[in-house]
Amino acid sequence: MSMHIGRDFVPPDVPGKVTGEIKYAEDYKAEGMVFARMLTSPLPSGRVVDIDASEALRMDGVLGILTADDLPPTPPPGNPPLASEYVTYVGQPILAVAATSEEIAESAIDAIRIDFERRDFTVDPLESLSPGGSNAYPEGNVLVRTREEGPEGTPILSAEIKDIKWPQSAIDAMRNGQSPDGGEFTTNWEFGDLDAAFAAADEVIEQPFVTIGYPHHSLEARTCMAYWENGKCYFHGSSQSQSANNAGLARMLNIDLADLVFINEATGGGFGSKIGPYPFMSITGNFSRVLNRPVQLRITREQEFYIGSARSGIQGWLKVGCTSDGKVTGVDLAIVNDGGATGGGSGNSSAQHVTVCLQPDAMRYRGISVYTNTTPRGAQRGPGQNEMAPILAPITDKLAQSIGMDRVRFRQINALRSSGYQGGSQGPVTSSFISEALAQGTRAFNWAEREQQPRDLGGSKRRGIGLGIGYHGAGGRGYDGLLRITPDGILQIHSGVGNLGTYSYASNARTAAEVMQMPWERTVIHRGRSDRHLPHSSGQGGSNTVFTHARTNWVAGEDLITKMKEIAAMDLGGEADDYEIGGERVFRSDDNSVGLTYAQTAQRAIQLGGRYDGSEYADDLNLLTQLAVQGVQGTGLVGAAKDNIPGQGQPPGNIIGFVEIELDTDTGKMEILDYVGVADCGTVQHPKNFDNAMRGGAVWGVGLTNLERHVYDPQNGLPANTGLYQSKPPTNMDVPVDTISQAVNIPDPQNPTGGRGIGEPTQGAMAAALASAITDALDGHLFNSAPTTADMIVDHLAGNDYTTKSLKTNTF
Amino acid sequence: MNSKLTRRRFIKGVIFSGAAATSGAGLYLAQAQQGAGAAERLVNLNINGRTRPVDVLPSETLAYTLRYKLDLTGTKIGCNRGECGACTVLIDGVPNYSCSVLTHNVKDKAVISIEGVKAADGTLHAVQAAFVAENSPQCGFCTPGQVMSAVALLNNNPSPTREEVRAGLSGNLCRCGAYEHYINGVLRASGQLA
Repeated sequence: MSMHIGRDFVPPDVPGKVTGEIKYAEDYKAEGMVFARMLTSPLPSGRVVDIDASEALRMDGVLGILTADDLPPTPPPGNPPLASEYVTYVGQPILAVAATSEEIAESAIDAIRIDFERRDFTVDPLESLSPGGSNAYPEGNVLVRTREEGPEGTPILSAEIKDIKWPQSAIDAMRNGQSPDGGEFTTNWEFGDLDAAFAAADEVIEQPFVTIGYPHHSLEARTCMAYWENGKCYFHGSSQSQSANNAGLARMLNIDLADLVFINEATGGGFGSKIGPYPFMSITGNFSRVLNRPVQLRITREQEFYIGSARSGIQGWLKVGCTSDGKVTGVDLAIVNDGGATGGGSGNSSAQHVTVCLQPDAMRYRGISVYTNTTPRGAQRGPGQNEMAPILAPITDKLAQSIGMDRVRFRQINALRSSGYQGGSQGPVTSSFISEALAQGTRAFNWAEREQQPRDLGGSKRRGIGLGIGYHGAGGRGYDGLLRITPDGILQIHSGVGNLGTYSYASNARTAAEVMQMPWERTVIHRGRSDRHLPHSSGQGGSNTVFTHARTNWVAGEDLITKMKEIAAMDLGGEADDYEIGGERVFRSDDNSVGLTYAQTAQRAIQLGGRYDGSEYADDLNLLTQLAVQGVQGTGLVGAAKDNIPGQGQPPGNIIGFVEIELDTDTGKMEILDYVGVADCGTVQHPKNFDNAMRGGAVWGVGLTNLERHVYDPQNGLPANTGLYQSKPPTNMDVPVDTISQAVNIPDPQNPTGGRGIGEPTQGAMAAALASAITDALDGHLFNSAPTTADMIVDHLAGNDYTTKSLKTNTF
Repeated sequence: MNSKLTRRRFIKGVIFSGAAATSGAGLYLAQAQQGAGAAERLVNLNINGRTRPVDVLPSETLAYTLRYKLDLTGTKIGCNRGECGACTVLIDGVPNYSCSVLTHNVKDKAVISIEGVKAADGTLHAVQAAFVAENSPQCGFCTPGQVMSAVALLNNNPSPTREEVRAGLSGNLCRCGAYEHYINGVLRASGQLA
């Protein structure tokens, strides 16, 4: 019976959130702090010819200006903190002004005159790929990642911009829902015999599709504040991660890792947009160093839209074949990503989603990511997989119905099992129980009964029943754990995991308490600023920390226990293996009266020094962890270890969503009547938080399938929905507020506490189920579009031609 | 929404003070020029039961005053344009978006911010305790606003239905999507959820 795993508790930062006492980056002040404001680009594309800041610099209270010339050059395809030669989207930061007050800084911005040279721009990837189409950069329109052989066979990974144009025939094919043959792709993979697979199929379906990107709109804009003391930079930043920021931010500031204190007690959302250090951080840190004063650079909601990243949109073509008994034989998939101003896309992960859901015998993937002069794109909750989820689910339904098979049954036949594979490399997984989740959800949702109910509810109302799969890789390996027992017997848990609001830093700390068999009230978590000696940790993203850092805390705990037993053997006789732990003691297995308390082992560790008190440590620890161990050296018994737990395969996070909607054909609006989510996420670590993740992700799924999208004016390259109101993130009136969340709760064999993450597939499951339900409500009509908005539904019902044949992302 | 403190009135106030927003379109107060006949800048504000003298610019918003003059940083600014509700405070018991209220308009009123919700001895308000019990916050940035709307709701309707709670909190955006947990928290605070 676990002491802590699977039991509810209150994460220590929750009370501070309900009282307002917990501090976010913008809540901090420093003595002598000054304020910076940014001037941003009014143009979608061009270059800065001249900056005249003379009037601004003469203003009382203005302290200085920072431009691209003051920072290390960041040539394309890098994303510069401040742009000059390559201005590539409206809202891109051009310069910053610091002043004694924010109002003066803002007035100074108004007094600066900039001469720009305009360039052609594009907001549509297909337009850019067309013959004669505009390029987002003078050098080209496509981000290409390269891999060369380096010294001693080490790969050198890089990226470059290429100019790629497709023949008009490929563009036309894409727009008309056919394979874009003749178009050049930059990512290509294939396994199995595709021709044979489609030849063996009894039913084949092919469809075009589009999922439009949209901004993260984290509620806390990414304000930063920095100051320097004794050569160290103290940096308050809004980040969903903690230790994952240090190395990159130190590089941005050109300082040693030991000279950066990154402070991030709480973060007002990130959703993938704040996993690691972002270019904008460089402005605050470097400006503070230049001025030798604390600098706060506050970001507005509109600026957060511009620099806060966004999901990459996808448009593509999908062909799937299956036999009459429901086995998917072949998949052919082509995806064009909208990479925005930063060029990256996640089409490969979209293809991975297809492999998990359908496990085809043969598959081909062709992908290309195209720059547009729109906001930078980056990871957003389930990047790739979740764009595909609302597209694939209705198509899967269509295929099942074409062979007269129940939609749940079709998925049970095809979806990933523990012996299955994921991705183009057909890599293994640690375990997968989607079939069990489908069975459990079918019961909880009363699937069979609901599926028999009439769809026509009378008047303008229609019922829709849907289901779908959300998936994301959910764990990593090889990071470090750091724990201590201090002479008072307290377990000190050092966590480099961020505080995104998922509380996984606390859930993982429970693993440390579990392995040490410690009461929770006898533990202290150290987190939130790197001078609290925090180990090297993964980014708080990718649904990974439950798996990744349960393991690091486990191995650090095992290191503590090993050392405890050695100390006991030294002092009390026998061999280390003669001892075990329990009740905050290490004692002889054959006589539990012979032993030491944890507190006594800590006291002895200080006397012994060496590897016991952190004076020595393993060579394979990351440099950041080494610095952390040095910081706690001599304070007690120190356990520090790298996760070298054997194993292979990707731990998948799988969620199945079931939904019933009532759709109004007069307005196109829908109400979600019921939602059941069932997770295959291994052992649930913290039930209340599991519920939070399930329901929060489902809300995001509603946004993806029904509400949110980038809108850019193709004539001027201007964004049309920079604020929250126009971006339409779901409110509590748009989503169900009485849902059911369950878990299969079968432990993953490669996590000592059995868990896998679920942060991202929670969105995909709702998104897929909702898209499935919309199609179900409308006699099987495939919109092949996310979002499917109310106006699109009304257009369809009115017979208007609003379909994916236009395949536009970003634009009206 | 207090009918005397509508957004239209706020905007008119900004215009009449001669302080249109600058190009930042998100600056936390508009640039103010102290002209002849301008309002008295030193005002006494009743914040969380204490009277506090504050130097207030004519176009200064209450959110700005609370956060940057009085260091009451529990009030969060998510949008600064009346769209998200993170800055919600109570003005004479009525929830208002403090980003859309001019500070000069509350000088004769009682303002309660998140810092004034728990008891003087540190005991959490029933809403706060219930939000902890329900693990309602995720990132927590919207939580102070959710607490303020919930407190106002229960003051007026001690036993709301689930739909009434939903409506009562509908002006508070939660990007994490923790709506169900906030609603459960309010129902728990009202004694309807064990």
